[in-house]
Amino acid sequence: MSEEDEFELEPIEILELPLDAWHRDKGARMVEFAGYHMPIQYEGIMAEHIWTRENAGLFDVSHMGQLMLTGDGAAEALEALVPGDISALNEGKMRYSLLLAEDGGVLDDMMITAVPMGLYIVVNGAVKWDDMVYLREYLPDEITINNMEDRALLALQGPKAVDALKRVVPGADALYFMEAGSFFWGPKTDPEPLWISRSGYTGEDGFEISVPGTHAKALADQLCAQPEVNPIGLGARDSLRLEAGLPLYGHDMTPDVEPVEANAAFAISKRRRAEGGFAGAERILNALANGPVRKLVGLSVEGKMPVREGAPIFAGDAQVGVITSGGFGPSVGAPIAMGYVDADHNAVDTPLEAEVRGKRVPVTVASLPFVPHHYHRKGANK
Amino acid sequence: MTRYFTEDHEWIEVDGDSATVGITHYAQSQLGDIVFAEVPAAGATLKKGGDAAVVESVKAASDVYAPVSGTVIEGNAALEGDPALVNSDPEGEGWFFKLTLSDSSELDSLMNAAAYQAFVDGL
Repeated sequence: MSEEDEFELEPIEILELPLDAWHRDKGARMVEFAGYHMPIQYEGIMAEHIWTRENAGLFDVSHMGQLMLTGDGAAEALEALVPGDISALNEGKMRYSLLLAEDGGVLDDMMITAVPMGLYIVVNGAVKWDDMVYLREYLPDEITINNMEDRALLALQGPKAVDALKRVVPGADALYFMEAGSFFWGPKTDPEPLWISRSGYTGEDGFEISVPGTHAKALADQLCAQPEVNPIGLGARDSLRLEAGLPLYGHDMTPDVEPVEANAAFAISKRRRAEGGFAGAERILNALANGPVRKLVGLSVEGKMPVREGAPIFAGDAQVGVITSGGFGPSVGAPIAMGYVDADHNAVDTPLEAEVRGKRVPVTVASLPFVPHHYHRKGANK
Repeated sequence: MTRYFTEDHEWIEVDGDSATVGITHYAQSQLGDIVFAEVPAAGATLKKGGDAAVVESVKAASDVYAPVSGTVIEGNAALEGDPALVNSDPEGEGWFFKLTLSDSSELDSLMNAAAYQAFVDGL
């Protein structure tokens, strides 16, 4: 028996994050991910996944890059490299965006928040160093890029996340989805400012909390002491985001695809569609106007056998796509997948087949997400 | 009946010239929640060390190898409806397949329970 670990990476030196010992104390199984020792699971992926959907899960995502762009005109300058309307972002508002290569390929996906100092950007851990090199090369010298390596990042996700957080950090519950702000935490005599956003990667309501690494353990302990909260590993983070139809960078999104085929046309703001002026604009705007040649879609899988990354997708004898993420959806109760499928075959409900170990498995193009999002949107009826 | 173990974490319980094969407690604990198992059909011929079955957890697919060569008598049909049996009772109800041994001398290279325990302790 051998395990083909999908989290395999071969970093030169595996680094420790501020909560390393905390995870081990909690019984985590640690794996190497994005160059760090990270918890893949505590009690088990299935139980952790379901717990998060029903209660609240605490995820350590300190491997992700937290960058601060400062300097006059930072938003306008960044717009040359991302397709979102960044200069229109009001303070405390955030936007999902994409870092674009010169040819329009996706170098990373990221969350950009307007803050008093400039732009606070959270990028993927596995490519954060490449991102910084790219940004430094393409942004004007007067824009400063600060990698806030001294900060940890915790995500508290699930329908009861708000109940737990407002006890620990009073006031944070006032945020709506895709808003962020600074909140004091700890004793009144010596409060610590936390940067908190109402966002996440599970499809549930939840928060992401930027905290100095020196204070990460105390905050994690206090959050986990709340009855709603359990620590959750990367394994459940992956199954939760797959059910939510959210792409995993490096798998569902790579430099080989542009945003429209990556099902991220929503990240191209109206003004930017009209004006262009971002890397790869010609290719991307052409895909918007004429439809992409292939597209990232959801796929429901018949039977119980998971269909995983790399499996080819067929319409009859012709290969028309490839699976980029696949596994078992604990809340769906069945295997689910995402993959790229050619234009003539990617309409919802199209029956196709995936090939696993030489056998054909019936799959059907499905609308995303597999599990409805439960975001706390401003103005929405709850 | 004698139970042997492989370094790939299969167990094989031998009874005369037939045997039952599964994966160990240690293996299931490393894999986590099992969501699918594919067992060989009766009549399939297996070669020692070759692919025999597949077990899939939430996060990954893993091969189960044949501890010895032989011909499959029966795959465990119960795993189709309840793959979690591999987690709850890996060395009992969660067995994968039964086979007829073609060369019982192949058992000589396998570990007994004490040797396997020492092997796992050293991992």
